[in-house]
Amino acid sequence: MAVRPARKFVSADPEKCVGCAVCEYVCSLEKEKVFNPTKSRIRVVRLHPLINLSVTCRLCEDAPCVASCPRDALEQSEETGVILIDEEKCNGCGWCIEACDYGAIMLHPETRVVFTCDLCDGEPKCVEWCPEEALDFVTRDILAQKARITVVKKLFQEAMKTVPG
Amino acid sequence: MSYAKRILHLDLSTGKTEIEPLKDEMTKKYIGGIGLGIRLLLDHSKPGMDPFSPEIPLIFATGPLSGTMAPTAGNSYAVVSKSPASGGVGEAKSHGFFGAEIKRAGYDVFIFKGKAEKPVYVWVDDDSVQLMDAKHLLGKSPAETEETIREELGDLYIRVAAIGPAGEKLVKIACILNDTTRAAGRTGMGAVMGSKNLKAVAVRGTKDVTVAKPDEFREFVKMLHERMKGPATTKYRTLGTPENVLVLNSLGALPTRNFTNATFEGAEKVSGEYLNKRFVAKIIGCSSCAMRCEHIAVVPEGPYKGTTSRMEYEPLWALGINCGIDRLDAIIKAMSVCNYYGMDGIGAGVIVGFAMDCYEHEILTKKDTDGLDLRFGNYEALLEMLKKMGTREGLGDILAEGVKRAAEKIGKGAEKYANHIKGLEMTGYDIRGLKTAALGYAVSFRGADHNRHGAYAPDVKGSVDRFKAEKGRGKLVREIEDLYTIIDSLILCKFSRGVYYETFKDLAQYYTLATGIEVTPEELQVTGERINNLARVFNVREGFSRKDDHLPAKVMSTPIPDEVVSKGSYVSQKELNLLLDDYYEVRGWTKDGIPTIEKLNEIGLNDLAYIVKPKKEK
Repeated sequence: MAVRPARKFVSADPEKCVGCAVCEYVCSLEKEKVFNPTKSRIRVVRLHPLINLSVTCRLCEDAPCVASCPRDALEQSEETGVILIDEEKCNGCGWCIEACDYGAIMLHPETRVVFTCDLCDGEPKCVEWCPEEALDFVTRDILAQKARITVVKKLFQEAMKTVPG
Repeated sequence: MSYAKRILHLDLSTGKTEIEPLKDEMTKKYIGGIGLGIRLLLDHSKPGMDPFSPEIPLIFATGPLSGTMAPTAGNSYAVVSKSPASGGVGEAKSHGFFGAEIKRAGYDVFIFKGKAEKPVYVWVDDDSVQLMDAKHLLGKSPAETEETIREELGDLYIRVAAIGPAGEKLVKIACILNDTTRAAGRTGMGAVMGSKNLKAVAVRGTKDVTVAKPDEFREFVKMLHERMKGPATTKYRTLGTPENVLVLNSLGALPTRNFTNATFEGAEKVSGEYLNKRFVAKIIGCSSCAMRCEHIAVVPEGPYKGTTSRMEYEPLWALGINCGIDRLDAIIKAMSVCNYYGMDGIGAGVIVGFAMDCYEHEILTKKDTDGLDLRFGNYEALLEMLKKMGTREGLGDILAEGVKRAAEKIGKGAEKYANHIKGLEMTGYDIRGLKTAALGYAVSFRGADHNRHGAYAPDVKGSVDRFKAEKGRGKLVREIEDLYTIIDSLILCKFSRGVYYETFKDLAQYYTLATGIEVTPEELQVTGERINNLARVFNVREGFSRKDDHLPAKVMSTPIPDEVVSKGSYVSQKELNLLLDDYYEVRGWTKDGIPTIEKLNEIGLNDLAYIVKPKKEK
């Protein structure tokens, strides 16, 4: 079986994200030339001053939003994994919204069809602007690598101090 | 164009709403925030009205940058009304998320008038404005109120500004809190809200906010983001404002035990350094901000384990050092108690510090305190007293009137321990040895305040002799004041002030990119001057003059006793006179501190000449 290229998506680090919503502003400005979080492809959730996270499309393998659409308006790009929306077919019924576990696909307040993160043609503006560098444009493999490096650094805290350089 | 160009009037007595277009002339002359708010306050009130009379407007004013991605300014609003503390201009700004939501709902300003028959909250859902029953919210903290409203209206993104039990009970230091941790803290705006039977304002806005020149605006903001990562904001991003504790202590400018001393032996234990090392769990940020300054402290162990609060220098000082308390866990607890009742932490700490001073001098005894041993350093007594103030129980009922009125009620010479200016409680700078700041405090239109002038900066930095009162300080104070009124009308966070390298030039460009209204740096400076004069004229209309530009009794009578560089320093009446004369002269005001008609004409306030006229003819 052919190996599919690893998909990169936008992921927020819960340790770093402070819920400032700069990503929402940048996204709505980039995509719609206005400031309006309800038109942003990435949304911030603050449950408590200490609990903040930006959430956007995670480009699921075998995306449930695509499968849930009764009108076949959604399709996942083989190459990038981005969810492509046929605005002619979409009637805003919202099955995909319910199917998404992350609230990453939303109904547009004006066009009344759904929209989601398109990764800004491979250069996500939110990642570029995030003041905390909490957003990463990464593959799942790189996220796993980072987690491994962090845990090893923690385990070898003392030894790390003596490593030259 | 980043203004919504709409003012929402809501009469709480009748429930009637009205939309008034926001005129271009108003935005040009007063910008937004406190500038616009004070003008609307003046226009919508009559002289001598009681701050708690239903006719007094309570104004929530956004700025031209609210709702945009402008860092710090994108999220803000200002609350303006007549202050129950001073009887003059009341104003306080708050950040977080709430301000942006007002703009997105399609308004620049809310003006609440009247008094609801029963407790209500206002629910603004874009164009729909409703009065909702708030009976079930009575007695709840602002944070609980926020949570309850969100739940019952069923939308996480609803933003709420609310008062706590203190505001309901018209405690004169009651504040308005939004987004859990952010407060429009000073001058008793929460009490004005309470007097209207208005428990909360809930807003959900889904409209677009646009700017005149989006691409250039974005580049400008990008530049600010870069600057915000640099040295201008390091303090706020690292130790935060509590860094001041050790700095001021070393200068002998840290007011301790209600201005008994100017250094604190427990300073290390309540320092920013220790706070960050031991208590700060995370530094978070407001909406649109690229700095993030908000130090969220969590008590890790002991009797107050788990207590969580945002911590800043001023309330830390007031509730801690000013009460002689050297335990950060108790100070964090005290702050969270203030947040619970919805009280300004600065005012609350200064009032309890005053009561402790009275207790130490036997003006208050255990009889008055219901058995509380209210000596300096007793943190348990502080916590109990805060509750009593928040609920107006026992001595708390008297203290809830603010330090000035409480001292008058207590009598027996208590006045000399009451640290306030114009009825507003002092803040955490010992101005006995900071004489430029002393002038700034004396003339501040909202009363005792470091944030109207920032005039401690030249003193602390050493660019002037801080122990000397001399000509030239008036010009220093005036210049910063005129910049600060612009900052508070654009409603930028003052922690970001250092990133506008070219002050009026940067701010004029910022304003123009957002609004499309051309303004030169010079014109903007005049606007800053106009807003300062406007506020002064409002106060003059309410009977203020030179006599009200005073300093707390201790500052003028008791030299700093500590063995420290500032030892012996205080501000004499002669020095204050010199400073005031100098300031009034550079302001173009009379010897009595009244703006002249010529000055008002010069800066476009001709229509207010009637206020200053009769006094001039006397």
